[in-house]
Amino acid sequence: MSDSSPTLAAHQPGLQHHFATMEQQTDASVMGMWVFLVTEIMFFGGMFVGYMIYRYMYYGPWLEGSQHMDFWWGTINTAVLLCSSLTMALGVRASQLGQRRMLVTFLLITILFGLGFLGIKSIEYHGHWVDGQFPGANFRFSGPNPAQVELFFSFYWAMTGFHALHVLIGIGLVTYVVYRSWKGAYGPDYHNPVENVGLYWHFVDIVWIYLYPLLYLISHKHLSG
Amino acid sequence: MFEHFPFWPARASTSAGQVDALFIFLLLLCGLVCLAIFALIIVFALRYRRRAGHQAEHIEGSNALELTWTVVPGCIFLCIFVWGAYIYFQERTPPEGAADVYTVAKQWMWKFQHEEGQREINELHVPVGRDVRMIMTSQDAIHSFFVPAFRIKQDVLPGRYTTAWFHATKPGTYHLFCAEYCGTMHSGMIGDIVVMEPAQYQAWLSGGGSTLPLAATGEKLFSELGCSTCHRSDMQGRGPNLVGLFGKPVLLEDGRTMIADENYLRECIQNPTLRIPKGYKPIMPTFQGLVSDEQLNALVAYIKSLKQSQPKQAAGSSVAAASQQPPATQVH
Amino acid sequence: MTTAAVPMRERENYLNQEYGIKSWLLTTDHKRIALLYLLSITFFFFIGGFFALLIRLELLTPAGDLVQADTYNKLFTMHGQVMVFFFLIPAVPAVLGNFLIPIMIGAKDLAFPRVNLLSWYIFILGSALMLYTILNGGVDTGWTFYTPLSTEFLTTNVVAAAMAIFVVGFSSILTGLNFIVTIHRLRAPGMTWSRLPLFVWANYATSIIFVLGTPVLAISLALVGLERMFHLGIFDPRLGGDPLLFQHLFWFYSHPAVYVMILPGMGVVSEIVACFSHKRLFGYRFMALALIAIAVLGFLVWAHHMFVAGISLYAALIFSFFSYMVAIPSAIKVFNWTATLYKGSISYTTPMLYAFGFIGLFTMGGMTGLFVAALGVDVHVTDTYFIIAHFHYIMVGGMVMAYLGGMHFWWPKISGRMYPEGWGKLAALLIFIGFNLTFFPQFILGYMGMPRRYWQYSPEFQVLNVLSTAGASILAVGYLLPMVYFLWSMRYGKIADDNPWGAAGLEWMTTSPPTTPNFDEIPTVTWEAYNYDQLTEVPVERQ
Repeated sequence: MSDSSPTLAAHQPGLQHHFATMEQQTDASVMGMWVFLVTEIMFFGGMFVGYMIYRYMYYGPWLEGSQHMDFWWGTINTAVLLCSSLTMALGVRASQLGQRRMLVTFLLITILFGLGFLGIKSIEYHGHWVDGQFPGANFRFSGPNPAQVELFFSFYWAMTGFHALHVLIGIGLVTYVVYRSWKGAYGPDYHNPVENVGLYWHFVDIVWIYLYPLLYLISHKHLSG
Repeated sequence: MFEHFPFWPARASTSAGQVDALFIFLLLLCGLVCLAIFALIIVFALRYRRRAGHQAEHIEGSNALELTWTVVPGCIFLCIFVWGAYIYFQERTPPEGAADVYTVAKQWMWKFQHEEGQREINELHVPVGRDVRMIMTSQDAIHSFFVPAFRIKQDVLPGRYTTAWFHATKPGTYHLFCAEYCGTMHSGMIGDIVVMEPAQYQAWLSGGGSTLPLAATGEKLFSELGCSTCHRSDMQGRGPNLVGLFGKPVLLEDGRTMIADENYLRECIQNPTLRIPKGYKPIMPTFQGLVSDEQLNALVAYIKSLKQSQPKQAAGSSVAAASQQPPATQVH
Repeated sequence: MTTAAVPMRERENYLNQEYGIKSWLLTTDHKRIALLYLLSITFFFFIGGFFALLIRLELLTPAGDLVQADTYNKLFTMHGQVMVFFFLIPAVPAVLGNFLIPIMIGAKDLAFPRVNLLSWYIFILGSALMLYTILNGGVDTGWTFYTPLSTEFLTTNVVAAAMAIFVVGFSSILTGLNFIVTIHRLRAPGMTWSRLPLFVWANYATSIIFVLGTPVLAISLALVGLERMFHLGIFDPRLGGDPLLFQHLFWFYSHPAVYVMILPGMGVVSEIVACFSHKRLFGYRFMALALIAIAVLGFLVWAHHMFVAGISLYAALIFSFFSYMVAIPSAIKVFNWTATLYKGSISYTTPMLYAFGFIGLFTMGGMTGLFVAALGVDVHVTDTYFIIAHFHYIMVGGMVMAYLGGMHFWWPKISGRMYPEGWGKLAALLIFIGFNLTFFPQFILGYMGMPRRYWQYSPEFQVLNVLSTAGASILAVGYLLPMVYFLWSMRYGKIADDNPWGAAGLEWMTTSPPTTPNFDEIPTVTWEAYNYDQLTEVPVERQ
């Protein structure tokens, strides 16, 4: 990272008035995004804690609920998000190297993957809805402990719902960055927003990587009998 | 002392004295510390007030002082912690042989069921000198059973039992307050605890007309609801034998071991498929919504009364269950 | 330090640099944003105070005869929600912190000025939702929203209130994020961590709590809202849920929240005590560490609000133990403030009177914390007026006095004017007397057994309630006075010097009021904090 002197920095585009150097601004910006992600961990954390407590109390119903997840869609979605993180990372790299076309391409593919994730989630949600697996008045389940299975689904919908909301927001952020990239705003000297959005995107991916086994893979624990 | 001290609550249980002792100690300790600090501040503020010719002296600090006033308060705090914990431990450990009073709290009244069968609303008669254990549940929101004169308080939750116990030491009538905000008439959810001399209490018990003991009510329900069909004491039932079950550990189908206390029994009746003992099938139907909280209390009281050595009119069998060890009640 | 004889009006500063509503509503200047917050929280302080007045009026008599039971339940609920979320939590950080932190560390603004403005707009959005809740019939869950009462048994504006607090929480989160990054990255050359004023340390510790705790409140309230709307059952035992789970999630944030409410106040008091003793704070390192210790330990004690809720005996033991641990750094701070007075050169200005009041009342409130941390005693006093007295001693006797002390201390810097000292002292005295008369009787009421949240009460509690209400009326007058004279001073107050108190700190090296960029050139710091040995004392008549 080039060490620009204050006078040179004053002429740099994108340097805000209260920062002395571009380096200071970039450091602050990255730190800000990391602190924000910590708050997101705490936000999702509350739901994870509730999930773990009830799983301990009602393991049977949790197992039952998990068996009603669509294993294949969930697995495909995991692959989709992982690929999207790859393309996002490649996009960040392209921005560091000043490769505008590559950057835009990778970001667009990331958006496509994100939309694909949301599309698959919609299919799953629709399926659950039709099967009477949305908690509340319309919930129906014919096996034992329907109340606790409904509880599992409450967590499923809340956790994946908030996650999907974050994916949507992420798509919005990436769209903004694509627009700015197309306009040529980013290059080796200034690509901080791409990195920050990349961080956010990876975080959203990691949350899914925890959600997937907790929600979809409980039942496969006993595959071997 | 403090019998008629104004602004001091009556002392009518064995806990009250203990709690008061710690409280008074804390009053003295904190009073002294506050006075000391106030005195220091006033003395310093006056002595070192700004005037001509006097300069402030620049003192960085003192590690010795910092260490002292970290460790000394720390030690004092630990003592208070231990003392408070000791009292709490006693308050949360009901003695053996306490008389049970089943309580159902609802917006906005207290319903009590004595073991002997008496029912009371917003008033609880107890004899002086006896351990009394409240087994409480709520029909709706969270309430809290608070008797200032006994210095006890326990939240009452829907869906499970919580317990509190006391040993009344002085006859009299004492406030019962709901202490957990529960809606419109939270402040009206109050009552009286009437502590009587043992003789008077006996008189009161027999004075209200004949009532069936709670366990006997439970036994009737046990039969009416069909429980006795599967839960037999002769090992032929599809359900585990309940004689001698109460208080024992139970190994469940999912591998966990739970103690068969009141909450366990309640859960078994409401959500049986969550509590299948090992070796049994999940075929017991749920009774959630089919039995009221009062009926649940009666059933629990009945099952508790099924002791191994003295089967209280165990349904259909006079064989003591002691010689039979059904798998569900194996000790682990 | 004398100023040039240029009337303030002619010197350019952040107030007169630009006029017009747009220049305020679209500002990114941290000082203007601080004033926007000042307006908002003052507005809510008086709303919350109005609710308190109605509560105290009702409690003059044992019977419920002023308002209906439901109305009373709404009053204490909204008093709590408004005072906690819309006044106490933002007060020092969003007003004084926003204004002072960049200047104190030698920066031109916070790290993210636009995020700062966004945080105020989020606060406004939350405020709108709260005002809607109030005007649309109120909410009566208690500020603690306990389930299943709030999810199943009430028909009032529960979701709106939950949303209001959910939204306003993000205002705190963004403020905390901004402070953390600012303090890490924007310190001037030479401004090392060990040279930071304790006010900055205090806000840093507070910001850690903002960032780690507030999101948990957000998810707790979101789940309550979802449960109400969709009957999820996460907290409903009839559906297999556990009402205690809500309490754990709620208190995981709400206990650290009380440290959010007191730590900035402690920072303010450190600045005031150092200045008006004219010497360095005693035990600077320990004071800074104590702030961090309180923030960290504060996350380990939440279930001390649940000792009678039905938690296990062993959990209760652990939480009681940690509650005593967190008392230790608080005690250390009180001792250090007291020691700072030793061999100082002490002036009795209004801010110093508030600081004295804070130390005294915080000590009393903190010591009663020892009572409630004791398991055996807490069983008796929890959910009674003893608890109400305990937290009001700390939040009102402590925090509000610290806030007022800070407002008086930095008023010359913020407005360029002096407030009238005589009135300042009078208000401080009225507040101190009124406060004690209001809340000391409540300790007694609590031990006697008067439960909290009671619209009607048993007659033997009346005498103390009347005393308490009498105190509240004095307190109200005390709070109104600064409103009046601060406003008065903006036009008629004596023009302030750049450093009327002779205080140490970078903020006192700027103009009163400061220019928009704070500094023409970023200073290079070569001195320790509280370098009073290098500063001459200011003559009393200048103060």
